[in-house]
Formats: sequence, C-alpha cells, structure tokens
Amino acid sequence: MKIQVNGEGRTANAGVTVAELLRELDIRPDRVAVEVNTEVLNRQEFERRGLHEGDHVEIISFIGGGAGECGDLSIGRL
Amino acid sequence: MSDDRLIIAGREFKSRLWVGTGKYKDFVETKKAIDTAGADVVTVAVRRVNITDRSKENLLDYLDPKKYTILPNTAGCYTVEDALRYARLARAAGISDLVKLEVIGDERTLFPDTAGLIEAAKILVKEGFIVLPYTNDDPVVAKKLVDIGCPAVMPLAAPIGSGLGIRNPYNLKIILEMVKVPVIVDAGVGTASDATLAMEYGADAVLMNTAIAGARDPIAMAEAMKYAVEAGRLAYKAGRIPRKLYATASSPIEGML
Repeated sequence: MKIQVNGEGRTANAGVTVAELLRELDIRPDRVAVEVNTEVLNRQEFERRGLHEGDHVEIISFIGGGAGECGDLSIGRL
Repeated sequence: MSDDRLIIAGREFKSRLWVGTGKYKDFVETKKAIDTAGADVVTVAVRRVNITDRSKENLLDYLDPKKYTILPNTAGCYTVEDALRYARLARAAGISDLVKLEVIGDERTLFPDTAGLIEAAKILVKEGFIVLPYTNDDPVVAKKLVDIGCPAVMPLAAPIGSGLGIRNPYNLKIILEMVKVPVIVDAGVGTASDATLAMEYGADAVLMNTAIAGARDPIAMAEAMKYAVEAGRLAYKAGRIPRKLYATASSPIEGML
C-alpha cells in the first residue's frame, strides 16, 4: 500500500504498525512524536496502531531552535 | 545565589539565564555554550525527522533531559492551529507539559500575533499545558495571558535576533509591576549589558539565542551572559541608589584643613 511519511510517498506492507514503520526507518520511538492524519498518537499506541492506504504520517523530533524561524532547517516544516 | 531560586508552576530553576539551541556550528558547540552559560532551561524547536538521512545526530544525544529542562517552542507558527499542532506534538515527543508558545504575526519583525497568542494559550492551558507565552512588550496583553492561566510571561526586549536590546524599558517596568508571575525577557538581547539591564529592572530571567550563538566567540559570550545575568540580579536585589541631578560628596568634610 502507499502512504505518505513526512511529505514523501512510501510503499509499506498493509497493516504495518507505527512501531514497525519506525523500526524500518531506524528511528528511536522514545525521541519522536507521531501524527497520523493529523491525530497525535500517544507513545503507547505505536505498537498497536496499524496504518492504512493513503495515511499521512508525520514523524517529528526536537532540533536546535531559539525563536522565530530557526536557522538552517534541513528537515523542513510540517 | 543558591537560595535565590526561580519557581514557575511549582518547578524550580537554578539558572536565570535560559538559552536557545539554534544557530550553533554543531551540537558540541551548542552543549559547550549551554554549560558555560550555566543554563538549565534550553529551548528547542519541533520539526520533521529526516527520514532519508538517518546518520544525522539527535540534539537530545547531547542534552540529557534529566539534566536540562527541555522547553519546546512553537517557533515558525503563524496561525493558532499550527501553534496548537506543534505544541501537542512537542508534548507527545517530550518529557513534560511545558511549551514556549509562539504565534508569529509578521515575517519581517517576527512580532507575536497577540490575539492569536491569547486564543492558543487559552486552549493549551485547558489541555493541561504549562504555557510560557512569547509576547510583545504590552502590559495589557501580559496581564491577559496571566489571567488565562499562564504561570509566567515572556515579553520581547526587541525583535528576535535583532540584538537591539530593551527597546521599551518603561513598558517592561510596567509589566513587572502589573503581573505577579515570573517575567522572562525573551528575544532581542544583543550583548551582556542588555541582559544586566533586564535583570536590574527586576526581570526574573532572560532567554536568548542569537546573542550567544551569533557572537564571534559564542563560548566567551555565553560566559559573559552568565555573569551579566548574575550581576543584574544581584544589583536588583541590592537596590540601586536613586538618580540625582547634583553631586553628593562621599568623603566627609569634617577634618579638612
């Protein structure tokens, strides 16, 4: 199935969970927040939340920032 | 000054100098500047993880959340909806309910959209966030934010990254008189004396990023800022002498030939 992860198209196995997606992407779950179709998930939901065709997933983390537009943003805005 | 603690929403902070973590050369320099400044509150921004290049290091590898209070901001948000979204994501990613709330109203000045700020603050306070709002140097807005339930306010000294220092000291003084919660002067500090002045007026803390990160020698400036904030706080507590137009001799007249 096709899903969007951080604005980019991606192919994933049907029913893949958020936790599995993070493992596949080599992302530590304790450092990120995940939003599926603009719904923010609790970390406890990562293991059981299955993804579906066309889902929009956002994976965010903390970067260096003071205020306003934060310097060099190599990872873009949401 | 170990007994002079800053307390916000029941949390105790050792340092009255808070720093941002943007614009540094790398994470090593970021951490060195923070440690030299003695800051125990550091602001961070919320952004997409780079999923194509996983070799990039994570800021939190350098800043142990047990040692520093990580204060996520909603920097770059121009609407209430965006600010709420970023705040909720920050809480989900983080370790606490703290958020430095920014709703920016104008790209050139990065001045806050205070109407949007109040609206977003109301919602987030209801959701249980500890909202520290980045606001204009407007006493009425500061008062409204406190009435909503913000446990501190963060008025700007000058536009973010401008280094202009405190543009409106009289408004800042009025804010300090009007609100009974900690006031953290945020943004616009250019050099050490600006930070000292803010503290001398009675600000409870100063938050800065560019003044340190953008200095020719960021680590040396971090040290200067540490002393500047401490000196200003001490002078505030010591109580300055009144300004007078004419001289008052400090040596006795008695015993002169």
